[in-house]
Amino acid sequence: MVYAPAPLHIPDGFLNLVIALIFWGLAASMIAAALSKTNKSLGEKQVPLMGVMAAFIFAAQMLNFPVAGGTSGHFLGGALAAIVLGPWAGILVMTAVIAVQGLLFQDGGLLVMGANIFNMGILTAVIGFGLYRTVSGRGKATRLAVAGFAAWLSTVASALLASLQLWLSGTSRLEIVVPAMLGVHLLIGAGEAIVTVLALAFIEQTRPDLLNAEKTASSGGRGWIYTGIAVSLLAVFLSPLASASPDGLERVAGDMGFLHLGQSAPYKILPDYTIPILGGTALSTIIAGAVGALVVLGLVVLVGRSLRKTR
Amino acid sequence: MHIHAFDRYHAHESPIHHLDPRVKVVVTVAFILSNALLPDGSWLAFLVAWLVLLLANDQSRLGLGYTFKRSFVALPFALAAVSAIFSPLGRPLAEWHFLGLSIIPTDFGLLRFFSILARSWLSVQMAILLVATTQFPDLIHAFEHLRVPRSLTTIVAFLYRYLFVLTDEVYRLLRARQARSAAAPGRRSGGSVVWRARVTGSMAGQLFLRSYERSDRIYNAMLSRGYTGHLRTLNPHVMSRRDWLALGLALSSLLLTQLVGWIR
Repeated sequence: MVYAPAPLHIPDGFLNLVIALIFWGLAASMIAAALSKTNKSLGEKQVPLMGVMAAFIFAAQMLNFPVAGGTSGHFLGGALAAIVLGPWAGILVMTAVIAVQGLLFQDGGLLVMGANIFNMGILTAVIGFGLYRTVSGRGKATRLAVAGFAAWLSTVASALLASLQLWLSGTSRLEIVVPAMLGVHLLIGAGEAIVTVLALAFIEQTRPDLLNAEKTASSGGRGWIYTGIAVSLLAVFLSPLASASPDGLERVAGDMGFLHLGQSAPYKILPDYTIPILGGTALSTIIAGAVGALVVLGLVVLVGRSLRKTR
Repeated sequence: MHIHAFDRYHAHESPIHHLDPRVKVVVTVAFILSNALLPDGSWLAFLVAWLVLLLANDQSRLGLGYTFKRSFVALPFALAAVSAIFSPLGRPLAEWHFLGLSIIPTDFGLLRFFSILARSWLSVQMAILLVATTQFPDLIHAFEHLRVPRSLTTIVAFLYRYLFVLTDEVYRLLRARQARSAAAPGRRSGGSVVWRARVTGSMAGQLFLRSYERSDRIYNAMLSRGYTGHLRTLNPHVMSRRDWLALGLALSSLLLTQLVGWIR
């Protein structure tokens, strides 16, 4: 069986208990909301649809395409699920997938499952659907481009959040884990974006009714747009900050009392030595920064145009 | 493909296999929680936890080394904790110079690194033992009894039920792709990376539509058979006295582990 554990599934023992429980609480409340929302819109049809779609994500993760030198890109699916099925349904589908991966394959822990669900199911739904919803009534090319970007960003944001969790738990050093995780996931995210866009293009061709504007609008309100944009901007600004000047972030967290909350061994303000194992640090910072600037520009233009239209 | 192709259950007759799944779930979660609560460097307590694990292994009749052999799934993730070795908090143990950088492992850092590894290694083994001694449908019922929302457990049950059906579908798609990607000797088959990614994207889209339409058919078939929104089971799952006893024993051994860990 082709089954590759993805580097985003945190195993038990790597997160501090406090951090693990906080994210379990956050994930559980979102799951509860998602259950009641989908139950209202789908009724008893909820269970078969969500279950089979979760099996789809699981099976689709086996589809891989050779890239180079024995490595292959494969697919996580959080953004695609949220775009096609709606954000609440997407959250449930990804929760089921992550639960089975953790329970059955030990790919991700049980106590830290809340954090895994939050990173890979909820964050991806917020960014994936939120950004896609901003352009839901527009031309095919715009929608696909935004969907691809959302898929890429959701992968990178998951990696960022996972590294922040590891850092707050005192497991990893911030100045190492953030560039390393971001560097890897900038590439994984590119594969994710390509597959998501092409899968959407295919679905659009054969079942355009699944992707029309009314259906998208009815599956999640305008709140998703604002949350999606806010979270995306946060991720775009935090990534270069965290990899370029970890001292700053560390100081902010220290001032806000996060370090005492999460860490049994608070790191003091960093001394001068670091080990940049990855040469990609500067590169990833530059790319993330440039992309961030482009996103902001694009969003400003889009928001401006939609405002003009409604007037 | 067989319906239980994905189950990690190992059929056996043993006291652990016969325990109520609720007990096994609670004990596994408590074991992982207990490991998370142990302070760094409490090696004696980690040893006690390991003995508890070995005892459970032995009682399951799967062999003492059963979970050990499968315990390396989480190992690649240890890379994330390596940077903890160089924590600036402790006393420096050595100093290496490499490409103009000073690399300084500290005693506190090493202690933290190995404690993280021990916790993770112990926790993952108990989770492996849980799925090796409990059938997946029983596991889902246990979560249902433990007040996990029923619609969520049923979604997971459906995922498990249709996983192998859709995996078959994936294999059909992969076989079709292979059949169409003939390669002449000395030439690579398939086009550029982008072309290959496009094929994969279309496969994902195709798989999505087949799954989506299938879920519709499944729902209609279930409706016509009297589906009202949740699945029923014939397995009663009643806690016997033996189950309570095992639960009490296991939890008190974890309490002992905590005592060993915190009293020095």
